[in-house]
Parts: sequence; C-alpha cells; structure tokens
Amino acid sequence: MTFCDEISKLKDTDVAGLLGRGSQPIGSILAKTELQPQDFMALLAPKDPTSLEDMAQAAHSLTLKHFGRTILLYTPLYLANYCVNHCVYCGFNATNPVPRRVLTLPEVELEAKAIAATGLQHLLILTGESRLHSSVSYIKDCVDILRKYFASISIEIYPLSVEEYEQLIAAGVDGLTIYQEVYHQDTYSLLHPKGPKRDYRYRLEAPERAGQAGIRTINIGPLLGLYEWRSEVFFAGLHAAYLQRMFPDIEVSLSLPRMRPQFGDYRPQYPVSDRDLVQGILALRLFLPRAGITISTRERAELRDNLIRLGVTKMSAGSSTAIGGHTDSKDGIGQFEISDTRSVDEMRKAVSALGYKPTLKDWHDLRLAS
Amino acid sequence: MDDTLLIRGTRVESRLFLGTGKFADYNLIPRVIKASGAKVVTVALRRVDYATPEENMLQYLPEGTILMPNTSGARTAAEAIRIARIAREAGCGDWVKIEVISDQKYLLPDNFETIKAIEVLAREGFVVLPYMSPDLMAAKRMADAGAAAIMPLGAPIGTNRGLKTRELVQVLISEINLPIIVDAGLGRPSEAAEAMELGAAAVLVNTAIATADDPVLMAEAFGLAVQAGRKGYLAGPGATQRFAEASSPLTGFLRNEAEVTP
Repeated sequence: MTFCDEISKLKDTDVAGLLGRGSQPIGSILAKTELQPQDFMALLAPKDPTSLEDMAQAAHSLTLKHFGRTILLYTPLYLANYCVNHCVYCGFNATNPVPRRVLTLPEVELEAKAIAATGLQHLLILTGESRLHSSVSYIKDCVDILRKYFASISIEIYPLSVEEYEQLIAAGVDGLTIYQEVYHQDTYSLLHPKGPKRDYRYRLEAPERAGQAGIRTINIGPLLGLYEWRSEVFFAGLHAAYLQRMFPDIEVSLSLPRMRPQFGDYRPQYPVSDRDLVQGILALRLFLPRAGITISTRERAELRDNLIRLGVTKMSAGSSTAIGGHTDSKDGIGQFEISDTRSVDEMRKAVSALGYKPTLKDWHDLRLAS
Repeated sequence: MDDTLLIRGTRVESRLFLGTGKFADYNLIPRVIKASGAKVVTVALRRVDYATPEENMLQYLPEGTILMPNTSGARTAAEAIRIARIAREAGCGDWVKIEVISDQKYLLPDNFETIKAIEVLAREGFVVLPYMSPDLMAAKRMADAGAAAIMPLGAPIGTNRGLKTRELVQVLISEINLPIIVDAGLGRPSEAAEAMELGAAAVLVNTAIATADDPVLMAEAFGLAVQAGRKGYLAGPGATQRFAEASSPLTGFLRNEAEVTP
C-alpha cells in the first residue's frame, strides 16, 4: 500500500480540527521510548510554555544522541526557472512575467567552482518543471560536471518515474528533495489549478519511486502557510515514518519551509508563527528521533541559530534562489526572498560559536572507485 | 609479562579504540586521543574532507596514531569494498573497519554482507576488522574469511546502553581465536571495564565520549576504566579459566589416593 493509499483512509477525518483541541498532558509521552501517531498528534496540539520547554529539552537530548553536535551545511544551485505549472504561491509560476533562463553547461561549471570555493561539498540542484528546457538528460549532463566538485548531489526537481530516478542516480545523484507543498488534498487542488503538478498522487508517491530506484537520502515536507500547520506537519511526519518503514536503508529527513515573500501577489492564508514552527520541529524530532531536520535560509539568522539546539541537523548556507546567483553580480529574480544572507564562512563561524561542528562533507561518491 | 595487544602483528599500545563522529569541534580530537591514551582511531571515509584543510579530520590525528578508516554509509558488501579501496588509494593505510548497515532504525550490522566484504578485502591485503552482531557462526566465518579481529556490538550504535550482548560476546571470547573488540553501545566507563573484565581484547568508544559534557575528561575516564578492566581480567577469575590446571588443589588428594589403590 502506498502512502497515498494509507492516508486516503483519513480523508473524512477532520485532522486539523482534532489537532486544534485544547492542551493535552505530555509527561507520559516524553517518557516513552517510541512514539505512536496518536502521541505525535498530542505533541502537535496547543501547548503551554512549560510543556513546550519540556518538549525542547527532550528534543535537544535526542538530537544530541543521534547526531551529536554537528550541523551539515549545503547550498542550493538553481539550474533553470522555466516552468509549466501554475502554483498560485510560487514566484516561478508559468504565468508570472519573470525573465526565464537555463544555465548552459559552461555556466554550470562556473557556478560549481564558485560554490566549491566556499568549501561546501553538499549541493542541492533545482529546476522548475519543464521537460523542454530542463529535461532529465540536461540534468544528467549537469550532474556529470558537478560530481567533479561535490561529494553529494541532491535534486529538487519535478517528480520522475522510477527509470528516470535510476538514470540520475547512476549519473551521481544520491539525494532527493521533494515537497508535497500541501498534504490537504482539496487545498492542493485549489493551489495547483493547471499543469502536471495537479496530479497529487504522482507527486506524493515520488519519494517511493526514488526509493525503489535506490536513492540514499530523501527530504520531504509541507510548505507552511498554505493550510493548517498542525495538520500539515502531522501528515509530513506520517509520510516520513512511512518512508523509514518501507525503506530502512534510506536516510529520511524533513524540512518545514515557511512561505516567504515572492514575485507575485499571493500571501499565505495560514500564517505560521515562530512558536508554531518551533512546536512543529520539536514534535517531529520526538516522533522521528533519527530523521534529519533541515532549516533553510528562508528563516532569519537569529531564529536559525536558536533552532540548532532544538533538533535541526542540516542548514543551507550562502544561498541564492536566482538562476546563476552564485556567480552573477547583478541580482536576478529569485524564487523567493532569502532571509539569512550570511556567507558560508560566516555560517561556519556562527555554528562553531554555538558549540556545534559545521560539517561540509558527510558522503563520498562511491563511483570513483573501480 | 608483556600484555600488549597484537593485531595482525602490529603492536597496539592501548586497548581503547576511539571513534571520531559527533564531536562539536575537531580541535577536541587530539586532546581526547591524548587524554584517553588511545592509539587506534576510526574515521568515516565519508567525512574525510580533502578539499578544506581545516576540515580534514586526518590533520587532527597525532603522530603514532593507527588510522582505521571505516565504511560508514555502506549498505552492501560491494559498497563497503569500494569505500575500503578509496580509503587505501587516499593514503589511509591498510586497516579498515567494515561496517555494513542497511537498517537505519537499529543500525544493526549485516553479518552476511560483512562476511562477503571480508573475503574480498582480506585477499587484497587489508587488515580487516569487522563490526558485527555477536553471533558465533558468523564470527567463525569472518575469522575463516581473513578478519584480523572481531568487533561485536555491546548494544546498538550510539545508544549508550552498555554491554547488553554480554552472554553472546562471552561466547565469542571463549571460542574465537582472534582479538574480540567490543564496539558500540558502551555508555559509561564502568561498562568498558565490564567488557574488559570479561576478556575483551579492547573496546571502541565514540558517542559516550563525543556527547559528554566534558569529552576530554570522559576520554581519560574511559582510558583508565579500560586499563582497570584489563588488569581485573588478568588478575581475577579470568586467569584461572584461561589456563587449565594440571591438578585440582582441593580434591587432588582423591585422585592420588585412587592411583595408589590397586
């Protein structure tokens, strides 16, 4: 049974309503060695400050046990922003009159050199959904260049078939990032009026296809602000737990990106406060002790620094969401605004100052050996 | 008497082996090594970063350290073999700790894949130390395949739960004619001492030291505990079990009597 089939059983349940109910005691939950989905629900329900602090203490020690005092740093590289989708919240929406561009292979190499010079070894490459301008074979050509410079390459692109994932893995991709954006199906339909992304199931099952293809890491999550955050975090947590169960050899991690200002006039209908974000991160850490948790430069520097002790294990650094943003002096229009604008060097120093080891390399391309 | 640990002919002056993951700062590593007295240090190849000198863990290892790269991240024998070869090509020497894990939940090693990797790597001249789930038959096959030592887990990696596999480790110590090194799960110095008293040739510790409030002090504590446990083993009941007595001090007279009776 796929994850989509599993959650369709909850279709008629008012999960958001259930999760919004009053505070529930959590002492007995924090004492458990393994949490069940109902425990996870209780952790997502409204909390008083004392309970939140108790959750934070437990989350901190669990993270320390599983990951030590380390934070993996990576950066995104935007290859192309052509897109056929009409996601109403996205700056690269097909109808937005932003300049479109796809990096040539020499440009990819220049970006790679600029990023590698910062010391980063983990790269996330991104494209919009355009099988014309950023085809699988184009992405494969890019990976051929990039693997000379980086220890780990992850993709955040449109959902692929098992065979396509196999091709990219053979080329040197080891990680998949794909956000469902919104797990609530009716809202998903409203926000994706046109384009192949309308297919909720094909997107939701993409991590399973990548898993079948032999990917090493999978990063998933909701885009917070599009629907009730408690329900979205709950389903993302269930999704991660499902992937851990089905693919015991894959490292599963989660992100909780919040909507940021972007080109266009969409404003989030369900704003998520810092406190909400913290509770979401803590609940995920307690429910999934060994899952990585990523926090991007969408969030401001001060908040990111505070989140390090609460369960975060991966952070982006020196990011640009514009095409060619690592080498261009002139600013192109990005997918969304960056909030933490610190350089890689500044991030490394900041993480060290907090008593954590900024990790630049935590993988090795095995295809280099005979 | 010389009690130095020998692994494939190499004298190892400390019975505490160290892991290098989870540390907040690489500058702690030389201090931890010094405080613990450890000589063998394992480093995950996946975390060796040659691109940035201050990020290269190998730069932090004091002279005289025996480097034991490990195959962390390998899910199959083939991946472990590749990692070992990359490590050797990168100048990490011939020692390798084989670690094949395809279950991220319990991080329990895959003994079958590990045996396959040992067969290949031992033939290629590696000094192979396999991390394994303590199982007598698997350990025998690992010995036959050319392992230089056997490294059973005390409890799942990173759990700090102590020597939960005591009975099974004891069987390996009794039956396998190779150094048995308890790797993973030891959370306190007293648990390291317990493993040593049992007759383990050495122990490998990482999380318990790396995540301690004071890693350097904890490293020293583990170093002392390992020495204490070893001396306890050599001095105590372990010694009487190890060497068969020719006669029984208390009941020997009965046998003597029998001999003179026609």
